[in-house]
Amino acid sequence: MSSDVTQDYSIWLVIVGLGAGSFALRYLFLGVIGSRPMPAWVLRHLRYTAVAIIPALVAPMVVWPAATGGAPDPARMAAAAVTLAVGLISRNVIASILAGAITLYGVLYLLG
Amino acid sequence: MPTTTQKSAFWKGFAAGAPFVIVVVPFAMLFGVVATEAGLDIFETFAFSTVVIAGAAQFTALQLMQDHAPVWVVLISALAVNLRLVMYSASLTPHLGALPVWRRLFVAYLIVDQSYACSVAAYEKSPQWPLMTKLAFFMGTCTPVLPLWIAGSVAGALLGQSIPPEFALDFAVPITFLAMLAPMLRTMAHMVAAVTAVVLALAFAGLPFNLGLLLAGLGGMIAGAEVERRVTRLEVPAQ
Repeated sequence: MSSDVTQDYSIWLVIVGLGAGSFALRYLFLGVIGSRPMPAWVLRHLRYTAVAIIPALVAPMVVWPAATGGAPDPARMAAAAVTLAVGLISRNVIASILAGAITLYGVLYLLG
Repeated sequence: MPTTTQKSAFWKGFAAGAPFVIVVVPFAMLFGVVATEAGLDIFETFAFSTVVIAGAAQFTALQLMQDHAPVWVVLISALAVNLRLVMYSASLTPHLGALPVWRRLFVAYLIVDQSYACSVAAYEKSPQWPLMTKLAFFMGTCTPVLPLWIAGSVAGALLGQSIPPEFALDFAVPITFLAMLAPMLRTMAHMVAAVTAVVLALAFAGLPFNLGLLLAGLGGMIAGAEVERRVTRLEVPAQ
């Protein structure tokens, strides 16, 4: 396939630079704040980090799946809806993964 | 109430992380394939996945190198994709910030989407866990995921092929994360945060450097915190 990027780049500069930079991002709060108390308003916002970032991460993948070249796909939409619904009702991660997978493969099979 | 020992917390974490194996293995193998096609040898591919442990950023870096971008553009763009890790670090700090420095260094290295999402979900359910129990759970979530990330990258590089697209494993990512998310949506504030984040993520999907994700995350956090503040004020009227 395409060109050999190791000819044009110091691949180790990219690996080490990206590793060090990513580590700095990961360590920023854990390292600098540590056990120091944070103000109540900051803690209040942090309580919603996971429930905001996870849906934000997933929403574009559901609406414009890469596998279909970004075209909305009924099987993937249905699978996402079923996963979320079963998860909300059962509060069981494995049950909702299985329900979502069955829906995905079921609808993909039915629509051939 | 039964106490959760460190050992059982580790295995609970392991069980929470285990479903993500179906996400990590195909994604890692694909990285190995793409890295090999871009000219990296096996050791470089192994090192890339071991040092960086961030799939989306690794793919971004490879893509930009193949597009002949300047090296500083490669680094800045791939790190921008990883900015969400700062939010994960902040969100874990109230739970794990009291650890000694060397353990915090180790935890920081291991923060990925999966270890973060599983751990925060458990900490919110069991806020009373002692520090070392929380750490044991976190380490448990990493155990099925991270070694397979590295092994999968190497396997992809060696085999030269990933799992065929007919298996539709691309969609394992949304399914596992949605399954993880649903039980965390316990209050109106959680719901508002999630819905706001979805709307913003779709609206800002066209922004470069994954900035839409960041804005959507921040917008969702602000919305959730605001709902919580108003609900609390209604429940506890001023004296």
